[in-house]
Amino acid sequence: MTKYELVCGLETHIELATKTKIFCSCTTEFGGEPNTHCCPICIGLPGTLPKLNKRVVEYAILAGLATNCEISRISKMDRKNYVYPDLPKAYQISQYDMPLCKNGWVELSNGRKIRLTRIHIEEDAGKLVHQRSNTYVDYNRGGVPLIEIVSEPDIRSIDEAKEYLEKLQLIMRFIGVSDCKMQEGSMRCDVNISVRPVGSEEFGTRTEIKNMNSFAHMAKAMDYEINRQIDLLESGEQVVQETRRYNEEEESTESMRGKEDAHDYRYFREPDLVTIQVSEEMISELKKKLPELPQQKAKRYMEELGLPEADALLLTQYRRISEYFEAAIKGVKNPKTVANCIIGQMFSRLEGEGAKENFSVKVTPENLNALVRLLDEGKIRMNLLKATLEKMLDTGKKPSELISESDMGGLDPDALRAACEQAISANQNAVSDYLGGKEKALKAILGTVMKATRGKADAIEAEKLLVQLIKK
Amino acid sequence: MESRIKKLSEQMASGQISCLELTKAYLEAMEKDNQKINAYVRFTPETALETAKRVDRKIASGEPLLPLEGIPMTLKDNISTKGIETTCCSKILTGYVPIYDATVWELLQKQNAVLLGKTNMDEFAMGSSCETSCFGGALNPHDTSRVAGGSSGGVASAVGGNLAVYGLGSDTGGSIRQPASFCGLTGLKPTYGAVSRYGLIAYASSFDQIGPITQNVEDAAIVYDTISVYDEKDSTSRGKVNAPVCESLKNSIKGRKIGIAKEYFNGIRDDVNSAIQNAIKVFESLGAQIVYFDMPSLKYSLPVYYILACAEASSNLGRYDGIRYGYKTAHYADRNEMVCKTRNEGFGKEVKRRILLGTYVLSAGYYDAYYKKAQNLRGELIKAFEDAFQKCDVMLAPTVPMTAFPLNFTAKDAVETYQTDICTVPVNIAGLPAVSIPCGFDTAGLPIGMQLIGNRFCEATILNIAHQYEIATDGQMFRTAEMGVKL
Repeated sequence: MTKYELVCGLETHIELATKTKIFCSCTTEFGGEPNTHCCPICIGLPGTLPKLNKRVVEYAILAGLATNCEISRISKMDRKNYVYPDLPKAYQISQYDMPLCKNGWVELSNGRKIRLTRIHIEEDAGKLVHQRSNTYVDYNRGGVPLIEIVSEPDIRSIDEAKEYLEKLQLIMRFIGVSDCKMQEGSMRCDVNISVRPVGSEEFGTRTEIKNMNSFAHMAKAMDYEINRQIDLLESGEQVVQETRRYNEEEESTESMRGKEDAHDYRYFREPDLVTIQVSEEMISELKKKLPELPQQKAKRYMEELGLPEADALLLTQYRRISEYFEAAIKGVKNPKTVANCIIGQMFSRLEGEGAKENFSVKVTPENLNALVRLLDEGKIRMNLLKATLEKMLDTGKKPSELISESDMGGLDPDALRAACEQAISANQNAVSDYLGGKEKALKAILGTVMKATRGKADAIEAEKLLVQLIKK
Repeated sequence: MESRIKKLSEQMASGQISCLELTKAYLEAMEKDNQKINAYVRFTPETALETAKRVDRKIASGEPLLPLEGIPMTLKDNISTKGIETTCCSKILTGYVPIYDATVWELLQKQNAVLLGKTNMDEFAMGSSCETSCFGGALNPHDTSRVAGGSSGGVASAVGGNLAVYGLGSDTGGSIRQPASFCGLTGLKPTYGAVSRYGLIAYASSFDQIGPITQNVEDAAIVYDTISVYDEKDSTSRGKVNAPVCESLKNSIKGRKIGIAKEYFNGIRDDVNSAIQNAIKVFESLGAQIVYFDMPSLKYSLPVYYILACAEASSNLGRYDGIRYGYKTAHYADRNEMVCKTRNEGFGKEVKRRILLGTYVLSAGYYDAYYKKAQNLRGELIKAFEDAFQKCDVMLAPTVPMTAFPLNFTAKDAVETYQTDICTVPVNIAGLPAVSIPCGFDTAGLPIGMQLIGNRFCEATILNIAHQYEIATDGQMFRTAEMGVKL
């Protein structure tokens, strides 16, 4: 049987987080009573004219800079004509042959670069609301700015597709141009798929699956579509170039329209808007605004802070987490301790990606920093740190409010020795087990020491001393 | 040739007539004479009387009047007026009442302009006779067996018939100048970008421009100075780039170079040609120099105009689907049928023809042969005008190759009708300003018009030369029609 490989490219739509719409001053806020975020311009009343929001151009350029794109110095808007009730002008103002950004790339963890053909700006449409037997139109979303990021067909597996999309999401969130919430529709994508025998240089016939609104659906749709295409080819049939939709219930894809029904959008230059000119100054200003990107950040965490890769990736997943981490490590000896606190104790209290993204915890980075410094200064031990952090997470109190003076500072050597001797005499069975070769028996004795000292003993030191005393 | 606007303003200021009396005189004349010429499709007496009273209070308080304050006027029915039905004289916009004002109307309201009503036009400004209006065409006040012209026929008919002092029309391919010419009036098509298009219901966005139709050049200058203001709501707006045009009307035109491209005179009627030859003599007597040259690319004007304007129109008119406003078909099975039937019943024949043409030239496989080629030729024509204005200050050309058409002339042959736009469309393609003024009469006594074409934002130059011609001919080229207000 022939082995096939996937050839895939994504068209990703991302809603920009500007305060106002792309061509008028209505709010872009999600939700709201239907048709309350509207004005004569965004509902396309006769005689109204669009006015391009400068912020949209800036955000799109930031997105382009963050994905290694060339920024066009001269660009323009075009009309994409099609008829649908959610599109009140019967055309979408978009960009056709002169996109704002082009020729970029996003690097995956396996080192492969997924090339970006282009990034262009456009307006979103409204949406249809079906209620009982009626259909209503809500234009609140109409005119919300979008960027469309088009990749080259460089993706070779479902995992790569997912990682590519995750990377885009991460980057766009980091630079603050979008919240990229797939569940709210602020990020959605169309997947272009074809398969070909491994080793073949030619592309197979592709199909396009429209409007994927979650990672899980995208993976399932791709899986189904790849197998459907392979089955067709294996049975000597041909893949038909067409647009397909994902059926959530059946977990399959189904035909929407064929090539012959493809829209003729009759693109032409939008005469109501002037040429977009991007100056060198504007680009250099935006470059200054561009924050350190997650990939660079993770690399720096590994190289300069000595974090393991897994930790570095987790901490750079959301902008707020990395900001928190960076604030909390100021002046601490071992950033790994801070990383452990965040990834171990804090993450376990945050359910779901949304919670991680918001990263709202009761502990301020300054208080976490203070706690870790106590450890650095030898005033508390790791187990007390952990216990205190739990209390801080519950109450939001400062470490100084939770740890008394008497808890601070280690045991003096005499007290430690006394505690160890007591523990040995109280655990004679364990001592003989240990001497008999059962290394684990030592833990029981150590437990008694820790209990007796209420966690103040340094476990490593105590263990050393116990071995010394037993072997004597 | 004295300014009618100035005269009325002075009479109001000096107490010879109140604004209310003036307004009532117009409203009464409209009741009586509009049925003869069908200039207005909607009267707005409430707003007119209310504004008039406000103006009278201002006069009583001794405040000086703004140039257009209290002057009774009209707007073409494609200029949006908040709370007043605006239909583009199309069935498909029946009942559409805008919820916002066009910028020009906002500017005029600040001057307390007295709006008498909305005037007739070809449906969506597509036509040369006003006869594609769903209300029937406006007639020529000089001869009601003839058309007023189009598409701003109603404005020309009202101003020519003394049922308004001035009006605002729109000019996409000649729609201000041609009816002004047919009715013996002054019609100014400003530079593209001089006047905001915000609120003008679009026909062809890269050509449309709002401008005045008046009984004399100075009135046009006064209105132009008021409405040519930069508007942030229109990205293509630039406003007045130079000084107010009124200031330079009185300048001597000695030494001005008037250019004549012979292509403008191909196929024009003899009486039109000789009227313009007479005008040339007047200009020479005023010390202007006439320069002759060729502009071969002018021959592409008509196809370029009709391809590009129809392409834009096909997109601009896509929004009329019966869902949100205007006409909606009574019976339908589903949404698709509703939209199809609404558009089929709501649009007239000429509008459908242009939507079809425009859709065709933008379609995959035809785009390069039509739309793209026309765009390239538009660039050539712009260049040709730039070259021409190296040789002269203004250009002189006939406005229309003939005088006002008899009724139903345009219905016979669309292509023949399109050809009558030959002299007006080039300036729309190039975005230039042009003013049409009367320059004679044919044997039937119908007015003949000529146009002065200027370089971009050189409205002052063309209006100055036009005004000097008016003075030199002692106002004899303007004849008032025997109807309407006599003041």
